[in-house]
Amino acid sequence: MTTATASKTKVSIAGTTGARRRLFRNPWRRPWFLEGFTWLYLIWSLAPIAVAVLFSFNNGKSQATYQGLSMRWYYTDKVNSVWHDPVLRGAVFETLKLSAWTTLIAVPIGVAFALGINRWRGKIPSTFNFVMILSFVVPELIFGVAMFFVFTQLPGLKSLGLGNVAEVLGLVTWNVSWPAIIVQARLVTLGKQYEEAAADLGATQFQTIRRVLLPMLVPAIFASAILVFSGVVDDFVIVDLLSSNASTQPMSVIIYSTQHGGNGGPALNALATIMLAISFVAAGLGFLGYRLMTRGQRIGGQQALTAIAGAD
Amino acid sequence: MATQAPPEPPAAGTAKPGRPGRRHEPKPFQPNKVFWIALAAPGILWLIFLFIVPFYAMLAIGEGKLDRQTESPVAVYNPFTWSSANLSNVWHDLFGSGAFVGDIALRTIWYVAIASLLSLVIAYPAAYFVARFAGRRKGFFLLLLVAPFWISYMMRMLAWIDLLQTNGYINKVLSWVGLGGSHDWLGGHWYTVVLGLVYGYIPYLILVLYAGLDRIDPSLIEAGRDLGLGRARTFIRVTLPLSRQPILTGMLITVLPMLGDYYTNQLLSGARGTAMIGNLIQGQLSIPSAGQGAILSLIVLLVLLVPMIYYVIATNRSSQAAS
Repeated sequence: MTTATASKTKVSIAGTTGARRRLFRNPWRRPWFLEGFTWLYLIWSLAPIAVAVLFSFNNGKSQATYQGLSMRWYYTDKVNSVWHDPVLRGAVFETLKLSAWTTLIAVPIGVAFALGINRWRGKIPSTFNFVMILSFVVPELIFGVAMFFVFTQLPGLKSLGLGNVAEVLGLVTWNVSWPAIIVQARLVTLGKQYEEAAADLGATQFQTIRRVLLPMLVPAIFASAILVFSGVVDDFVIVDLLSSNASTQPMSVIIYSTQHGGNGGPALNALATIMLAISFVAAGLGFLGYRLMTRGQRIGGQQALTAIAGAD
Repeated sequence: MATQAPPEPPAAGTAKPGRPGRRHEPKPFQPNKVFWIALAAPGILWLIFLFIVPFYAMLAIGEGKLDRQTESPVAVYNPFTWSSANLSNVWHDLFGSGAFVGDIALRTIWYVAIASLLSLVIAYPAAYFVARFAGRRKGFFLLLLVAPFWISYMMRMLAWIDLLQTNGYINKVLSWVGLGGSHDWLGGHWYTVVLGLVYGYIPYLILVLYAGLDRIDPSLIEAGRDLGLGRARTFIRVTLPLSRQPILTGMLITVLPMLGDYYTNQLLSGARGTAMIGNLIQGQLSIPSAGQGAILSLIVLLVLLVPMIYYVIATNRSSQAAS
């Protein structure tokens, strides 16, 4: 049906000037060009990923020629598969470990920061709010280099050295702005009336936060936790600069260094596909959880989607 | 607060000079404020020790000395004893006779300019279509637009490495349509790097653009049409001015990380001839030249401070407008 209408449109363009005028006058005609362009964009943006996932199941050793379906690079190969290669398998668990630790530390700090900064008026909180947003936009390489110097040069922290602790500390700083910014935005839209009502009814400050504010902030906190988790899964620069050796390198760094070292192969595609699966599971859980938490409010699927992608 | 006793008027002798008529009122004790401060404190301390201090450490190393015996940089934390050896070295590399950093900086600006403009040209129509015309299929389109956001950057680069191999699918398609087919895409070409940058950062731009365009009230556009403007002129005089803010923030959110990118370049080219400022900084982290790496990072930071502060102010303004 779509193609039939499309060809009709083409005919009318080629037709008389009157028809052409009518076509361009009609403000409600479908924007064929824009729609086609969007489809081209989507194909360009997603087809390469599909091909890369396909190659992770390649039966051959090539990343360029497809030789049939197999699980060889995930499990079957006794030496080079993700499961049997200790470096690749270690990278999967390293990524999960870093993501979990960073989320556990960054989200409480960021939420408390948002609550405190939003209600404590003055020069100091607005300065630090500024610094917090600055940490959100500073180029990751510059921040990573600064952290690299902290753990290789600064007396005191130098003894810690590069490795897991350095990575988690760097990742928390880099990601703490997600909960801080998202929760603050939610606090601004909530306004003060709920708190004032609670205070009028005799609630203490602590009770107001625990029984009134926090329940209303749960969707925002949850969305930011999902963002932090998947942000760490995808992170590359900080973990690349702050990891010490192969045992503290997560998946992204292993993919980069192996491919760059010229040892790429379908096992890397398999690793990348696992990374993709982890991100998609996190996103899916995030979407479902967000819908569940905001049911009863007028929040549609689209809004939930943009919320867990951090674009709200 | 109303039940508190009025503060004693200060004795004439202790009144501060220069502030006639203003009584110094002691602030009433506020338990609330202490509570909020305590909540914000962990985040503030974290930012001080793991965001501000690192940048100071970077400055101290950049302005520090080199230990000749161990060939390692020594940080100098006292600003009064700072040395400018690294700074003058970097300055010389940037603008001096044998300036190689200048070329790299210029190349970085070119690559990022082309890549970000290309991203905008691709992202805007797609975001505009989804925000305004997708209708009931909006959720579906949005899902596809957001999907790359959840696909790791390395995965997306790996996908293009697969496709761009000499015997990869791009060359196969090219030879199938009769346009050569043995091109060495990964052999160190500027266009491969720019394509990689566009592909890598466009999802972030498109998301910001979509969020901004989706907020435009359609009745404003309809009003433009009702008042007799054509399609193109409605777009230029109504839609485009309303999307200025999302375009600016979206460009910032793509340009800033592009300027610190070294991995795209390394994976898709690896050649010296396409090296960007990020490659230079990352390459100088090894021990003897770390001080110059620090200075170079600080220069990049200084150059980017203005757009970064603009972004922070714009974010603050829009969050205040929402309240």
